[in-house]
Amino acid sequence: MPEPNNQKNKPIILETRKLTKIFGGLTAVSAFDLAVHEGEISSLIGPNGAGKTTVFNAVTGIYRPEGGQIIFNGEEITGKKPHQIVAKGIARTFQNIRLFSTMTCLENIMAGQHCRASAGVWGSIFRTARQKNEEKRALEIAESRVRQVRLWEIRNDLAKNIAYGSQRMLEIARALASEPTLLVLDEPSSGLNPRETEDLMVFLKDLIRQENVTILLIEHDMNMVMGISDWVTVMDGGQKIAEGTPDEVYNNPRVIEAYLGTDDDDEEEI
Amino acid sequence: MEKKAQTGLIKFFGSGQNALLIIFGIFIMYPFLASNYFIDIAFFFGIYALLGLSLNIVLGEVGLFDLGHAGFYAIGAYTTAILNTKFGIPILVLLPVSALAAALFAYIVCSPVIHLQGDYLLIVTMGMGEIIRLALINNPFDLTGGPNGVFGIDFPSLPGGIVIDSSIEFYFLIWIIVGLSILGLIRLQNSRVGRAWNYIREDEIAAGASGINVKNYKLLAFVLGAALAGVAGNLYATKLMCVSPESFTFWESCLMFCIVLIGGMGSIPGVIIGAAFISLFPEIFRPFAMYRMLIFGSAMMLMMMFRPGGAWPRKRGGPSFTSLLSRARRNDA
Repeated sequence: MPEPNNQKNKPIILETRKLTKIFGGLTAVSAFDLAVHEGEISSLIGPNGAGKTTVFNAVTGIYRPEGGQIIFNGEEITGKKPHQIVAKGIARTFQNIRLFSTMTCLENIMAGQHCRASAGVWGSIFRTARQKNEEKRALEIAESRVRQVRLWEIRNDLAKNIAYGSQRMLEIARALASEPTLLVLDEPSSGLNPRETEDLMVFLKDLIRQENVTILLIEHDMNMVMGISDWVTVMDGGQKIAEGTPDEVYNNPRVIEAYLGTDDDDEEEI
Repeated sequence: MEKKAQTGLIKFFGSGQNALLIIFGIFIMYPFLASNYFIDIAFFFGIYALLGLSLNIVLGEVGLFDLGHAGFYAIGAYTTAILNTKFGIPILVLLPVSALAAALFAYIVCSPVIHLQGDYLLIVTMGMGEIIRLALINNPFDLTGGPNGVFGIDFPSLPGGIVIDSSIEFYFLIWIIVGLSILGLIRLQNSRVGRAWNYIREDEIAAGASGINVKNYKLLAFVLGAALAGVAGNLYATKLMCVSPESFTFWESCLMFCIVLIGGMGSIPGVIIGAAFISLFPEIFRPFAMYRMLIFGSAMMLMMMFRPGGAWPRKRGGPSFTSLLSRARRNDA
């Protein structure tokens, strides 16, 4: 059992301070503070529309926040472009899988290595020694990642032709290929059957044990959240309403209220 | 089972290499067997192949709709025409200069609009192509000669006093350049740059989130595409010895678009097939000149209905023209 305060000893790898994102008149995220500690699995949970994905999109540079700061490894990354953020070591997956569908699994994974190489048009046409080395390295890393997610047999299949569960794992492999220190997963278990979810949990636990990587995930599957998280942050209406270990959060009255509604709510609905 | 599949592949590659050799042989033999008229048709096939390849970078590899590509072609042709007639600079020196001029122009014009998506970009590039044509007609600074264009462009001359002036020489000049472009483009396709372009075509957001600088790679595609169109413009100008705005109409942009669509987006052999169709089609159907557009339009529609991927779509992961060539290279080494 993790101690309630054990994570205070670990350094913070990602922090958002007073993060605010406004769409037109709607404040999707307001003054949201999040801290992710190194080497842990942190979960961000909350009802639909709580603003979880918006936080992810702001952290990974897809949205530019209206206010607040995002600090990664002690460096401010607020408002940076997605490709710059990947280069700094944050890789992500998407809620609705986004793969390069008419390309092979291996080519998909090689995308992650793009930011670790530098060959341009000249190098690619004249096949300079450096370009060859980079290509070789990218292919080697992609091959080791494709083995890791157990898709070796179908590595040359087109991404659109493989099973849904495999597509999820392929997306994670693509993110891992960029050699991230923080892996951000947006609902990795959605659409997976219980068996596949179980495999995913084992995979993520192994990952955190074997590699120097921290995981932040949005998740709806409570079994998974309670099963693998070291720390859980709960969001509702764009704000943080609770945080703690899975057990603490599970018994927190405000969390139960956010998910199930209060007695008053029920009466109003009737 | 796997071993069987492998030997099958090797057989396929073997016959593929033979097919390439045969095609190469036909290309060498052709001008010695055909009349000048048909050699000239093959020259314009080469021009369209080059234009198709150049648009294929933008439309096929990155999936950006560009209906103003004739504009870049025009910039290349007029750069050659003006610099050659006013300053007497040799044509082959102007070949890279035209490419650079078109590339620079693409960079300046496309930078502010590169973030536009799909049909919005289509409208903007269409406008750009038309503006270039209208500017050429209006004879800015007395350079472009207005609607009449520029006359008296030299033939290309090689060091040692050899002047390329016959149909056969022009045929070899263009097809050597097309051949070199194909080799370069195949290498680009199978590299970090080519893959980045394809990632953007498949999913722009995922490409960005995987570490690809989407804006830069889109601009790069436009710049390279324009440079290649500029090369085609240079060769066109020297072959005809004159250029005029009516050679660079919206219709030319449409033809280039059709070449890429007919052949298959992102497929180099497809583009060559598309170029052959576009340039040889009017010759084959000369007796039915009146119905040419009718047949052409119907062919396009049938194509879109029954072979939306093009005549020779690019294959992934399996044997393809590109893997054929890389395989041939590896076998050499």
